[in-house]
Amino acid sequence: MNEKYFQDRIDAEKKIEPKDWMPDDYRKHLIRQISQHAHSEIIGMQPEGNWITRAPSLRAKMILLAKVQDEAGHGLYLYSACETLGISREKLVRQLHEGKAKYSSIFNYPTLSWADMGAVGWLVDGAAIVNQVSLQRTSYGPYSRGMVKICKEESFHQRQGYEIMAEMAKGTAEQKAMAQDALNRFWWPSIMMFGPQDSDSPRTGNAMKWKIKRQTNDALRQDFIDKTVGQAEVIGLTIPDPDLKWNEVRQSYDFGEMNWDEFWSVVNGNGPCNKQRLAHHKKAHDQGKWVRDAAKAYAKKQELVAN
Amino acid sequence: MSSLFTYTLRIADSSLILGQRMSEWCSNGPTLEEDIAMSNISLDMFGQANGFYQYAAQLDGTKSADELAFRRNEREFFNHQLVEQENRDFGTTMVRNFLHDVFNFLFYTELSKSKDETLSALASKSLKEVKYHLRHSSNWLVRLGDGTGESNTKVQDALKELWMYTGELFEMDNLDTELLNNGIAVDNSALKSEWDSIVNKTLVKAKLTRPEDAYMATGGKKGLHTEYLGFILSEMQFLQRAYPDAKW
Ligand SMILES: [Fe+2]
Ligand SMILES: [Fe+2]
Ligand SMILES: [Fe+2]
Repeated sequence: MNEKYFQDRIDAEKKIEPKDWMPDDYRKHLIRQISQHAHSEIIGMQPEGNWITRAPSLRAKMILLAKVQDEAGHGLYLYSACETLGISREKLVRQLHEGKAKYSSIFNYPTLSWADMGAVGWLVDGAAIVNQVSLQRTSYGPYSRGMVKICKEESFHQRQGYEIMAEMAKGTAEQKAMAQDALNRFWWPSIMMFGPQDSDSPRTGNAMKWKIKRQTNDALRQDFIDKTVGQAEVIGLTIPDPDLKWNEVRQSYDFGEMNWDEFWSVVNGNGPCNKQRLAHHKKAHDQGKWVRDAAKAYAKKQELVAN
Repeated sequence: MSSLFTYTLRIADSSLILGQRMSEWCSNGPTLEEDIAMSNISLDMFGQANGFYQYAAQLDGTKSADELAFRRNEREFFNHQLVEQENRDFGTTMVRNFLHDVFNFLFYTELSKSKDETLSALASKSLKEVKYHLRHSSNWLVRLGDGTGESNTKVQDALKELWMYTGELFEMDNLDTELLNNGIAVDNSALKSEWDSIVNKTLVKAKLTRPEDAYMATGGKKGLHTEYLGFILSEMQFLQRAYPDAKW
């Protein structure tokens, strides 16, 4: 009965709200997906945070810091959305530290030059937008509304990143080389952000039926590639895929084989920065414990005084 | 170098270096909310620095704001030594910021009355932000001072260590005096009693003991710094120095 009412609402494009009945698996799927999304925003602060103190101008410094601060805000927002499903932020962070919750593998790649700030904004935020625009129509109300809010900021990030790339691509020979190198390193990991190919994606079935996910991994990936190729051409950079070719019949780009061995190896913890990212997060969390404890103790004392 | 140029640069340098220190907290905060708050403060400081550098660049007429920030050496930086001190832990950072925020609050309140219209406008704009910074650091000082035994010890120790950098805030040199006489500069020494009173009140609330005035460091105005500044600059200026012909 419940189950039918639930599916009917979804089929009618109505949002599911926190107090509505929902199947356990729907709840579990959402917690996994939203928390993974939240953790990605937070861990994603590190590769870009890496360059804040070295940003090359006052303007660049402010833009980058504001961007990373936005990501922290997105994380906060998504943790709250996840909490509406009956799980605490503390528990979610614990799951991250215990390796039970994942975050996007893209953040396990290092940022090695200033051009990477361009590549990350342009490609990583660009890929995130394609995914998040689609998720604005997700069936869970708090998640959907979160995506609407977040998408606006992400499109700024994408433009700012592209601006850095464009600036460097027309700069000195060294700058142009840095820009091309950043594109070379971030291209494949970016298009793998959409996850495994549909033929290897076990969870897509229910997620589509429940309208948590609105488009398949491959459809989103294609959309991103079609949008991005022209942008690279405009600034004179080359996408590192010899098989990339416009397909008249499909009105889309054909592209080369992705390295799924590398993808799975990074997902399973063996990327260049997996250990570093998690250790960084744990360290900040552990070092902040005395501060959180003090704030709690102080609040308690104030309560006693008030009563 | 005109006196007004140097005076403006001194203000900009303290804002920039404190902003730089605060930006080191990004992704390292004790909570996500604090991470965001510290980025906010850092952004405010960079914004203030940018405003004062723009004005200095205009007065100078040969260098841009970015050149002033990214192409000067340690001996050419005039910030207070207090702001270049390490973040170390959240408590130390809040103590350092608190001591400086109280000063900044009083300083900008006075500077907003300056006869120099640009300085006055920049000061008024900064003052709004500094009021928030002061509220933020005082609230944390009280929370940490009156939190747990551990947090009290930590901030009390930090207070003792950083105290020696507070004397410099109130110094007046010939340049200050010259501009004070023209109605442009702030009389730093006259801010001391109000600074004492705000600091003392907050320390009482925070259950912290005011350290004795002993040795006081000096030198910022002359471009003399602690060892930390060289590292801050080498990190901050790296790209501008390594690729001098590049535009960013
Ligand atoms: Fe993001
Ligand atoms: Fe984000
Ligand atoms: Fe973003």
